Amino acid sequence: MEEGSPRMGVIKPTLSPESLHAGYDLTALPSDLDPDVLLKTLGEEVSQKGFITAKLEEVAAWAEAGSLWPLTFGLACCAIEMMQAAASRYDLDRFGVVFRPSHRQADLLIVAGTLCNKMAPALRKIYDQMAAPRYVISMGSCANGGGYYHYSYSVTRGCDRIIPVDIYVPGCPPTAEALVYGILQLQRKIKRRKTFSR
Amino acid sequence: MTLCPASLETLGNLIQQELGTDSVTSELLQGDLTLTVKPSSLQHILIYLRDTEILDFRQLIDICGVDYLGRTPRFEVVYHFLSLSQNRRIRVKVKVEEGESVPSIVSLYSNANWLEREAFDLYGIPFDDHPDLRRILTDYGFEGHPLRKDFPLTGHVEVRYDQKEKRVVYDPVELPQAFRTFEFESPWEGMDKAVKHAAPPQKKQETP
Repeated sequence: MEEGSPRMGVIKPTLSPESLHAGYDLTALPSDLDPDVLLKTLGEEVSQKGFITAKLEEVAAWAEAGSLWPLTFGLACCAIEMMQAAASRYDLDRFGVVFRPSHRQADLLIVAGTLCNKMAPALRKIYDQMAAPRYVISMGSCANGGGYYHYSYSVTRGCDRIIPVDIYVPGCPPTAEALVYGILQLQRKIKRRKTFSR
Repeated sequence: MTLCPASLETLGNLIQQELGTDSVTSELLQGDLTLTVKPSSLQHILIYLRDTEILDFRQLIDICGVDYLGRTPRFEVVYHFLSLSQNRRIRVKVKVEEGESVPSIVSLYSNANWLEREAFDLYGIPFDDHPDLRRILTDYGFEGHPLRKDFPLTGHVEVRYDQKEKRVVYDPVELPQAFRTFEFESPWEGMDKAVKHAAPPQKKQETP
């Protein structure tokens, strides 16, 4: 495709006869299959047979990882980078990551910034009120371990003293790319899970 | 109508003339006019600065505390005022010893409420007749006044979530990594190791 032409970055699905007729068992498909090919395969299957089969925990994990809704929880400068990640350049929407203003509608808590002692009980309350399954990303040095304010009288030395953390994103502040990488790692972690209940 | 003096020096002299040199001293430093007043005459002087038409210092910009540990009196409360109509700024200082109180100026400038609470919270300077003198920034039940020079940097308590009690609890502070100070500027502190292990100075090789 021409440089600078519309839809330049879009990769055309490479369809092969083998991938289209790989069988109707979803679990038989290779895990690193091109999403476009997968969708095409599923579409064919639904139109031909009207149903598909898959493992429940894998479908659940796939749906969970594909619609991670984080809480808008910016505490300091890391929140600026979180905004960049959500904005048009990195566009977290395309991963199904949509920021929610209420923790009761959120699956993911991104602790973006310095957690103060005064804030700690509030953070715990917010975490407790989130619906399971819930995940936590600790973003930046301050949330990871106090960072620059490690010796301060008012700062909690790591948000993992208050809530369990799934992914730590290092940096001061981490770039938007780093946060996107962290979210992708969390998606991988969710997809790797082999159990259905928590 | 008399006009506001053109230079800060004459303004300082004028204020001293009007109020008397025993209650206020003026000082010109770095192009700023600073008045040092006694706590007892603070309100009287601020009313003069605010209500005199040629001065018109109607805006309180900020209230700061300063801790000169080892000096008597130990603390200073610094007020900054702005006169919009005269385009002038002025600084008023009050010296106060630990335990002594400063008269509140909330009745004169209502935004002094939170500013005085802040100075009280961080320095422990009490303000007389303040309508609601309690902490504003630090944690609920915080111990000590953190901007005092003798306050330990790491404080007294730290928080963690207690799984049994199902709530965030306070523990005495415990640092796995002790605080270290690196003094790179000083030639005799901390640099001895670096000097010992440094490579001997090499002669500059001249290239033809």
